[in-house]
Amino acid sequence: MASISPYGKRFISYLRREQIRRLVAGKYRVDGRRLDQLRDVEVRVGVISTADGSAEVRLGKTHVVAGVKVGVGQPFPDAPDEGVLVVNAEVLPHASPYTEIGPPDEFAIELARVVDRGIRHCGYIDSKSLFIEQGRVYVVWVDLCVINDDGNLTDAANLAAVAALASAQLPAVAKEEAGVRLDRGRRAKMPVDPGRAPVAVSVCKIGSVLFLDPTFEEELSVDGKVTFTFSQDRIVAVQKTAGHFTYQEIESALDLALKGRDALLSALRSALESPGAAGQ
Amino acid sequence: MRADGRAPDQMREVKIAVGAVSNADGSAVVSYGATVAVAAVYGPREMHPRHLSLPDRGVMRVRYHMAPFSTKDERKNPAPSRREIEISKVLREALEPAVMLEQYSRARIDVFIEILQADGSTRAASLTAASLALADAGVYMRDLVIGVSAGLVDGTVVLDLSGIEDQYCEGDLPVGYMPNLRQFTLLQLDGTWTREQFLKALELAVRGAEYVYQRAREALKGKYMSIAEEVYGS
Repeated sequence: MASISPYGKRFISYLRREQIRRLVAGKYRVDGRRLDQLRDVEVRVGVISTADGSAEVRLGKTHVVAGVKVGVGQPFPDAPDEGVLVVNAEVLPHASPYTEIGPPDEFAIELARVVDRGIRHCGYIDSKSLFIEQGRVYVVWVDLCVINDDGNLTDAANLAAVAALASAQLPAVAKEEAGVRLDRGRRAKMPVDPGRAPVAVSVCKIGSVLFLDPTFEEELSVDGKVTFTFSQDRIVAVQKTAGHFTYQEIESALDLALKGRDALLSALRSALESPGAAGQ
Repeated sequence: MRADGRAPDQMREVKIAVGAVSNADGSAVVSYGATVAVAAVYGPREMHPRHLSLPDRGVMRVRYHMAPFSTKDERKNPAPSRREIEISKVLREALEPAVMLEQYSRARIDVFIEILQADGSTRAASLTAASLALADAGVYMRDLVIGVSAGLVDGTVVLDLSGIEDQYCEGDLPVGYMPNLRQFTLLQLDGTWTREQFLKALELAVRGAEYVYQRAREALKGKYMSIAEEVYGS
């Protein structure tokens, strides 16, 4: 196991890369967007009838589906009265010409861990309500499936995870002689605090120009990429992936990310307020 | 008051030894307090498999791994965990901007880091060790990348989290900084931070990185001084 420079796998032609870089230096983008403008965001919840909670996000042509499954298990030793959250992500072989079959690679692992980090510490899920009895808690699995990768997977996947959790339901616990069993016939709402919904916003840099919501090609052309996750007025996760940033650039990126957050939050809200949002 | 009595802007004791792994092209052992990281660099050498090599630049392979006995309580399973995979990626992305990979077409440069003792800020110590090992190997670099961590403990922004602080803190902010180019190449955060706390932590991390950088320079110069003494006499 080692992390290898990925350039042998995903690539962009030199001409295309230079074209994108030249345009951004002049503050234009290939699809005509402004630097601080996101692509059209669409969030729908309750899309997978077999899941305990689900959401699909389309951010431009990027398409991610999140499914929540609830189980019962043992708590972590350092948090015996709290439920367990597990976030996993797979970039399906469908997602781009460059994604292969196989277990999650470092991109997918990082994606899952960044989404997890944003959700875990901000108090979005009331973990203590997931306690059942001594040695037994609800385990909440969030699985992210990237179906089409046209860039900015982090923002889209995070939004899908958050929306899926908001619309998820906890099956009731039925005690039996052999232990406990989940009864999906009787359900309660997943204990989330919508006011704390964590929103991830990625900012890219070409030269000294910063912009939001990169497409797949833009991501391959950048000098830097950093993702900020916000919950209420706090920063709950930061992950710089590509490149390098000065202190001033980080401060400017933070301010630009705050602008992008509002577009994603309002897409989340409209999805949760729509009629299908109450769950399956 | 911090658990070990340090001031908020105080690093633990930093110890650096360059060239300890004799077979490697370059190596360094760096400790921040009780956290010990050993890095070894092999390269530039041929890239295998060939189809992953690049015609115009070199490829880096970076591996971060924790020894099973490195953690405080339970033995750490030696199989690579998701955390180690993420940290390997993050460290590679922290080193690539500093290494002049365009000078090493078709080659690969391997950087291996092992944590022998983990007491908080392992990726920070790893990054410093890796940079020094690359410098010791004579790999062309634009700058060293120094790793330090900042954190939020009892509402105060502090420098260089120890293991116990990392467990109980409200936030953890590992940083990789190039002191001459003044660029961040590693930046992560978890916990809950206000904007002001975040920016203050970055400033504190820069100061910490500059302090460690001076130690790193002395260690590298020390290596050449001892060679000069051997060759020319004191």
